[in-house]
Amino acid sequence: MSWASAAEFFAMGGYAPYVWGSYGVTAFCLIIEPLVVRARRRAARARLKALEGAGRRTANEAAA
Amino acid sequence: MANWYRFSSPQTFYPLAGKMVPWFAGAAAILTLVGLYIGFFVAPTDAQQGESYRIIFIHVPASWMSMFIYLVMAGWAAIGLGFNTRLSHMMASALAPTGALFAFLSLWTGALWGKPTWGTYWVWDARLTSELVLLFLYIGYMALHAAIDDTRRADKACAVLALVGVVNIPIIYFSVQWWNTLHQGASVSVTRAPSMAAVMFAGMLVMVFAFWAYSIAVALARVRAIILERERHAAWAHDLREAAA
Repeated sequence: MSWASAAEFFAMGGYAPYVWGSYGVTAFCLIIEPLVVRARRRAARARLKALEGAGRRTANEAAA
Repeated sequence: MANWYRFSSPQTFYPLAGKMVPWFAGAAAILTLVGLYIGFFVAPTDAQQGESYRIIFIHVPASWMSMFIYLVMAGWAAIGLGFNTRLSHMMASALAPTGALFAFLSLWTGALWGKPTWGTYWVWDARLTSELVLLFLYIGYMALHAAIDDTRRADKACAVLALVGVVNIPIIYFSVQWWNTLHQGASVSVTRAPSMAAVMFAGMLVMVFAFWAYSIAVALARVRAIILERERHAAWAHDLREAAA
């Protein structure tokens, strides 16, 4: 291991803004994207449910 | 022999994709931890660049993925045009946002690496400009798809755009050989040994596989959302919703 202390690790030999700026933004994007995808699928599922409800109501009205 | 054609139907592919997502997501998480461990704790400080070179462990994998995803997307687009299979077009549109994300990350990490090593965040050289064009191709693909209401027409128009844009991929890849650029030459080549220490190369390769697994997991999850959105008038989609709820 090449680091003497945690402080030295986070300093990245003076390149901290560049190294952590790269890793930070990458981590942010790769965490957000799956959450966005999950929200999209949930919205699609909710729309299906709403469509079903609407379909059932029209069927009931037709029967009545 | 298994009937592979069966899986080209969204109805059979939806549950299959759902089963594959956790495996690829798990692989991505484990590979990322291993890759970051090698990258930060095993790989030594670079003699010339100091610690700034550690950006390589995400910069190169992100750049490779941005190009590779485009090729896969164009491949699906070609299959969709040739065989008129709905699922192929859905796969192509599921890949575009992830490809755009990696193209952005490639440019972002490249800028933050360029500043300490070249003294500038950005230059209009062949490698950087062609990668920026790749980002615009992805954005153009998504914008075009969103702009056309008729999904099947949007699929076809986007497939043509994706196929025309393929010409940019070899331009990015060979830009450092064809033109005199600020960007360094390829660190890894199939014809000769990698021009970097074995440990650094190993860390980079693990991160490549991590991003690969991540991309497959996210693209499969997104294609499931797209299937639900597009097949909402089909009865089987409603059965799926009940089963998955």
